[in-house]
Amino acid sequence: MAYFPILSFITFLPILGMLIILCIPGKQEKFIKVFSAVITGLQVLLAGIILNSYNYSLPGVFHQNSYQFIEKFRWIEISGLSWIGTIKIDYFLGIDGISAPMVLLTALISFIATLSSWNISKSIKGYFALFLLLDAGMMGVFVALDFFLFYVFWELMLLPMYFLIGIWGGPRKEYAAIKFFIYTLFGSVFMLLVMIGLYFSCTEVLANGTRAFTFNLIALMDPKNYTATGILSPFNPGNLRFAAYIALFVGFAIKIPMFPFHTWLPDAHVEAPTPISVILAGVLLKMGTYGIIRICFPIFPEITRQVAWYIALFGAINIVYGALCAMAQKDFKKLIAYSSVSHMGYVLLGMASLTTVGINGAIFQMFNHGTITAMLFLLVGVIYDRAHTRGLDDFGGLALKMPMYAGFVTVAFFAAIGLPSMSGFISESFVFLGAFSVSSIRIITIVSTLGILLGASYMLWALQRVYLGKFNEKWSALTDLDAREYAMFIPLTIIIFILGIYPSFMLNIMNTSVNSLVDFMNKMPASFSALKF
Amino acid sequence: MTEAVLLNISIAILLLPALGFITLILFGKRIPGPQWVGTSLIFLALCISIYVGFGKLAFYAGQNLIMEGRWIQILNVPVLGQVNFDLGIKLDNLTVIMLFVVNLISFLVHLFSMEYMRGDIRFSRYYAYLGIFTFSMLGIVLTHNILMMYIFWELVGISSYLLIGFWFEKKSASDASKKAFLVNRVGDTGMFIGIMILFTNYHTFTFDTIFAQIAAGNLPFHSSAWLTACGIMIFLGAVGKSAQFPLHVWLPDAMEGPTPVSALIHAATMVAAGVYLVARIFVMLTADAMLTIAVIGMITSFIAATIALTQNDIKKVLAYSTVSQLGYMIMALGVGAYSYAFFHLVTHAFFKACLFLGSGSVIHAMHHEQDLRKMGGLRKKMPITYYAFLISTLAISGVPFTSGFLSKDGILAGTLAFGSLTGHWLIPIVAFLVAMMTAFYMFRLVILAFHGEPRDLHKYEHAHESPFVMAMPLVLLSVLSVFFWYGLNPFNPSTGWFLDKWIKTPTTIVPQNMRFDFMKTEAPVAGSLENAKAGEVKTTNAPIAVGAPKVTKQNESETAIVHSEHYMHAMHQAHYPAMALSLLLGGIGILFSFLLYQWKKIDPDKLAESLKPLYKLSLNKWYFDEIYAATFIGGTLAFSKFLAWFDNKVVDGIVNGAATLTRMVSKLGGLFDHVVVDGFVNFTAYLSGFIGIFFRKFQTGKVQTYVVFVVFSVIILLFIFRPFF
Amino acid sequence: MVQVGLNHFLIVSAILFSLGIFGIVTRKNAVMVLMGIELVLNSANLNFVAFAKYGNFGLSGQIAALFVIILAAAETAIALAIVLNIYKTFSTVNVDEIDNLKE
Repeated sequence: MAYFPILSFITFLPILGMLIILCIPGKQEKFIKVFSAVITGLQVLLAGIILNSYNYSLPGVFHQNSYQFIEKFRWIEISGLSWIGTIKIDYFLGIDGISAPMVLLTALISFIATLSSWNISKSIKGYFALFLLLDAGMMGVFVALDFFLFYVFWELMLLPMYFLIGIWGGPRKEYAAIKFFIYTLFGSVFMLLVMIGLYFSCTEVLANGTRAFTFNLIALMDPKNYTATGILSPFNPGNLRFAAYIALFVGFAIKIPMFPFHTWLPDAHVEAPTPISVILAGVLLKMGTYGIIRICFPIFPEITRQVAWYIALFGAINIVYGALCAMAQKDFKKLIAYSSVSHMGYVLLGMASLTTVGINGAIFQMFNHGTITAMLFLLVGVIYDRAHTRGLDDFGGLALKMPMYAGFVTVAFFAAIGLPSMSGFISESFVFLGAFSVSSIRIITIVSTLGILLGASYMLWALQRVYLGKFNEKWSALTDLDAREYAMFIPLTIIIFILGIYPSFMLNIMNTSVNSLVDFMNKMPASFSALKF
Repeated sequence: MTEAVLLNISIAILLLPALGFITLILFGKRIPGPQWVGTSLIFLALCISIYVGFGKLAFYAGQNLIMEGRWIQILNVPVLGQVNFDLGIKLDNLTVIMLFVVNLISFLVHLFSMEYMRGDIRFSRYYAYLGIFTFSMLGIVLTHNILMMYIFWELVGISSYLLIGFWFEKKSASDASKKAFLVNRVGDTGMFIGIMILFTNYHTFTFDTIFAQIAAGNLPFHSSAWLTACGIMIFLGAVGKSAQFPLHVWLPDAMEGPTPVSALIHAATMVAAGVYLVARIFVMLTADAMLTIAVIGMITSFIAATIALTQNDIKKVLAYSTVSQLGYMIMALGVGAYSYAFFHLVTHAFFKACLFLGSGSVIHAMHHEQDLRKMGGLRKKMPITYYAFLISTLAISGVPFTSGFLSKDGILAGTLAFGSLTGHWLIPIVAFLVAMMTAFYMFRLVILAFHGEPRDLHKYEHAHESPFVMAMPLVLLSVLSVFFWYGLNPFNPSTGWFLDKWIKTPTTIVPQNMRFDFMKTEAPVAGSLENAKAGEVKTTNAPIAVGAPKVTKQNESETAIVHSEHYMHAMHQAHYPAMALSLLLGGIGILFSFLLYQWKKIDPDKLAESLKPLYKLSLNKWYFDEIYAATFIGGTLAFSKFLAWFDNKVVDGIVNGAATLTRMVSKLGGLFDHVVVDGFVNFTAYLSGFIGIFFRKFQTGKVQTYVVFVVFSVIILLFIFRPFF
Repeated sequence: MVQVGLNHFLIVSAILFSLGIFGIVTRKNAVMVLMGIELVLNSANLNFVAFAKYGNFGLSGQIAALFVIILAAAETAIALAIVLNIYKTFSTVNVDEIDNLKE
């Protein structure tokens, strides 16, 4: 493969698919479904090719040249403007060890969500068109290396999500969709402000030797590129950079979702159709943490170290608070939504440690939470499709009636409570081991280990209420899994086990980048104002 | 028989039950005789473990064999360089003995279950679970690092969850399995914190490396308090698994599982894992940690023994007796009687498995009747079960010529020596009291179940001796409860091969000032470390890489320096008084149970009436479940409800409030826009309209009107411009 | 004996003018309106001639009067033709009713 724009291809393949679907008459439902599955399946294949030819030894992060599969050309350029000089925006794609797992995750979850979309009955054409657009937006976020492009994809993802919840959702879909949309947009506004602030603070050398303002994320990471007077320049005394960090962080924190910005999540999950819940939990939440690792951390290293304690604190709050809230839920989907809040807390805690083990654990946890929670939502979808209720207390003894289903449920639940030999255990352990080794957040880590206990409590309680005990005769018409459902669960189960038993598959991809990131974060001086490069 | 062979076939021991699990879970329904798959694989594992045990004890008794390979390797870590997570197995004498015990009991349980579980709708599933359970337990036994131990620890937790909740249709069974898992998780969380402390300081999980670091004076966070804390935290894991106070509540409930499972879980494996763990970390326990452990063990053994006195469910009595005996072992470890603790672990495994399987035989015969008050007189109907049960009861009660006598006596002597050396006399006193109570309630059980007249004739009529596959394990286990397997002298085990050759108390490696006085050694610690290092022999020079395991040998002789003369002396002195005292107290206990239940000289009901508060306390298990339900469980649930309310009303309320506020502001804005801004615009339009309407009146379209206007206008103009004319 | 002077002519002319205006304004019949217009024109003629007689303007007054007479004739011809067409279209010559251009 000499040079093939594989990242553009993987990103825009769904958009191509969407355009084709728009040309197909809406009555061809079967064809549209199969076609979408083929498109997302191709995406998985492409992701596999990418990982296959991925070079584990190149760090990426802040070395532009060691990113892989780079595609870079000028997208927008307007020169000769009075004080701005040249406005330029690059089309710049590339991946490193931090984004590679996310690309794989996005492809995988999209494919599985497509399979689980088979039961959608309303306006198939529109659904799949929007779905593929969403897919493209998500993929774009993970491969974009230009802040502007990142923002475009970020917003591109928002729109289809709004319609997918708002049209195909449950009884309170409008409320949930609007809440989701406005909440995220609220965060995006902050992001936009910071983005523009950074743009006017940082310059990059152009091909003709002149310097121009830049959105290039990698250029933004290097303090040397900042102008002395730029408002978000590290040389600029004052707290503007701090404020910008907080604004950016809040923008991402809403997506994670971090306490106290998490309340859109349960609503969105409860109302969204199953495949959209899967996408939401499996990929969308990761965009928040990915944004923090990719943008907040290396661009503002000195502030990250200042606030790491608070990030860890919020991580711990997420873990414990999410778990306790999950325990009190009566709706199955809400329970899993809150468990997501809890599990994303581990990611925050791991990131806040700023150690290799911790950040490895955090990224690995992002991947594992994606697969495990996707599986949990799919499993809830299975009974919701059949029984049209999700009340935890409405069922009982389902393991007797649907043994295969209950088997997968057991696997997913145990994976979610971090049982060894399943992937969640490795990432949670890494997070804890990494966080514990940092003395300032040691106590927070010890408190967070409560999450291990509470997580097991609500999961097993739910398992007992729905699947164990006496069989509720009301559901004697329920049937066990069909072939399509096996096709969704078996790959996820295999991934969960493989990554639990041999996690190096994933850790090797991330490790070089994470080391480089940690090294970079630690080397950056605490204050730039005294330094001149 | 090289060490590499031994190590490799030990891995085979580990993997055989896992193979059984995978086969049965995937194809269980299609295999005609699932029990034969599981049982034969375990039998194979048992044979190999006998082979390994023989090889190890005969040829490498003084050495530890270690094989390790990389599992996860993180290179180029800033500051640390390289972080490794190893997989490895370590064969020392402890391990091979445990391998044999676990495999034997697992095999016998497999065999017993063939008949006991016949006809169950999830028969193949049952054997699959037994397989995963055995696999996890063997993993705990074999591993050489604490992370792997934690992993298998959790797997044991989950497989016990599956086994205890095997009959999940019953609410009580699913409750019990959940409780077992969660209570264990409490301990595991503590253990994980301990692991984090170790990893943070030593960047490895391997026991030997960690111990070498501690021996070299490199304490966790350079503080002795952290070393103590670390020991106690890891011990918390044992508190959970070995059902120690205050986490003992899960074990009696776990009797909801099938009875053979109880035998497996509560005799030899899961609960023994805690003791095994403490034995593994024994060398790094400080005096404070050991005292804590001893006290916890003491409290556990006492509470459980008092509860066992009054229980009426045959399995509950055995459950509490297990808790009590585990308390013994933990206490023994706490007082430094390491070898006796492990000895008791082994002997207890056999006689308690025999007791549980015997009770299973009884329950099977009585058609799943577990209430002692409905049994009686079964001796005639079930002679084999009776005699096996009786021998085991004699062993647990500490009657001479049984294995239990040897091990228990050692523990009692250890506590006595500990009391005399440190002045903590409460521990030996409680230990002897518990010995008496044990003898009492065990004989109460035997008398109520097997002696006297049948109380439920209908069930008695149908009772029958169990078939061969159920009786054979009982016989075998009761035979193993006799003294001569462990040493030829029935009164002093320390000269037997078990304690003389195989199991020796290792020297603690904590700094001298943190040990009990009696554990201080004369030789400097650093020297012994040097010796330990010198004894390490590398047999292969292959660099460690993923998938290329490294095999090492370690001489055990240097690391196994026994305690100071002081302690040996005290133990020696305590031996005969302890034996005499325990015989006396055990005899009193047995006598009392005969007085109360066999000869009925004292009416137990009257006795209960006269000691009502105590009786109630015992019968209701000291109200632990109720207290926990009211405090921890109720508190957590209430708090979670509150938080859910808080989340829904306050956090989300703020969000929705912000939305409402925004809408109100926008409404006000809209109103302003509508009334003021738009009002002005509309007013202008209205005004011009109005003017238009007014002037339109003049536009009649009639020439005549216009003419009139013209004329009048001219007249007016003329009038106005009059001065100019 | 009162000498007939300019004032008398002007008074007669004014009366004629007023009568003409009155006719234009009050009559409903288009033909009557036209007759009013004739009166107004004739009063103007009278003024022209009178001023020519008493003023020092040469023959301009008479020429103007002649023009007006010709104009009046032409105007009457066209106007009558229009009235005839109006009658054909609206079946009436009542000027009050013919206000289609009003709106």
